Amino acid sequence: MSETPATPPPARSRRWMLYAPLGLAAAAGAGFWVMLRGLQTGEYDPRGVPSALLGRQPPDFTLPPLGTLPPVTVADLRPPLSAPILVNFWASWCVPCVVEHPQLMRLTRDGVTILGINYKDRPADAQAFLQRHGNPFRKLGTDEPGRVAIDWGLYGVPETYLIDRQGLIRWRFAGPITPDVLDKDLRPLLRRYA
Amino acid sequence: MARAPGPSVAPRPFLRQPMYRFPKALRPLAGGVPGRAGPSPLRRILGCLPLLVALAGPAFGAVGRPEDRLADPGLESRAEQIGRELRCMVCQNQSIEDSDADLARDLRRIVRERVQAGDDDAAVMRFVHDRYGDFVLLRPPFNPVTALLWAMPVIAFGGGLAVILTRRRRAGAVEPPPLTEAERRRLAELDGGGA
Repeated sequence: MSETPATPPPARSRRWMLYAPLGLAAAAGAGFWVMLRGLQTGEYDPRGVPSALLGRQPPDFTLPPLGTLPPVTVADLRPPLSAPILVNFWASWCVPCVVEHPQLMRLTRDGVTILGINYKDRPADAQAFLQRHGNPFRKLGTDEPGRVAIDWGLYGVPETYLIDRQGLIRWRFAGPITPDVLDKDLRPLLRRYA
Repeated sequence: MARAPGPSVAPRPFLRQPMYRFPKALRPLAGGVPGRAGPSPLRRILGCLPLLVALAGPAFGAVGRPEDRLADPGLESRAEQIGRELRCMVCQNQSIEDSDADLARDLRRIVRERVQAGDDDAAVMRFVHDRYGDFVLLRPPFNPVTALLWAMPVIAFGGGLAVILTRRRRAGAVEPPPLTEAERRRLAELDGGGA
């Protein structure tokens, strides 16, 4: 054959497509890295769910007291409030609650009102926990059946809610309040809603 | 799977830790006894069969204690249907009917109480939705936040179709280049030579 019909060479403009898989892999890798980093610093929580109660008043409830502390009532959370209030769900059997406890103690020392709701716990265990680690709660209620917790949309302990001076839920944090969360999230919020 | 009834407030499993434990019965399968020949692979598989059947049991019936079920089978099946639409917030990929988590059990009870009290299905769903938000619904509602989620099949299918169609049109548009003078001569030669 003297002359083979010339097949047109691949258009130069399409060359870049050869690098497309590489670029795609690099982008996916970068995304994965960001995700892993977020997991490590706690900025990204794949299991985190926004609360359905944000911007709303806390639900009505009555809870039995624990020990000699005054019980939490919903009246404590109704406006007018002189300062934002934290509501903390905790239990003596909950390990992350031990992790966050020093931060709660610090907040109380700084004059922040924290109301505690003891979730599915034995009263004696709860009291022993507070004796051992200190009591950061101004008032304390016990929710042994866990029904009030469900009204709040709780799905684990610890969980912390911020109620502003108008009596509206502004923030819900599921998980332990680490020093990082305290400084980066909670303190600015407390200042904002003060 | 029914658990032995215990005291009403037992130390609870720690909710923020994975709820899955390797079942004790399966532990021997995880690693054999060193230095001893185990049963043949086939026997091993066959040996697992009763276990597998037993494990598959919950897939066909509701978890939870039998005493939590409603006596009225009609109401119970309604409650089960509602429960299958609700996500267990602890395990997140199971419905509350399928999950053995504490919170799922509490929600199962609440669903049954509501059903027994005469609430219709929508009211029971609303009760849980009001507290836990869209995420608790295993079938997400259509709203601005979920629009992209719902539109994704259409977007994916439409995008694929568009790619196929443009490629086809382009392929059709490419015409073979006209024959050169030499090719035409050669063709005539072959054609004429054959006759």
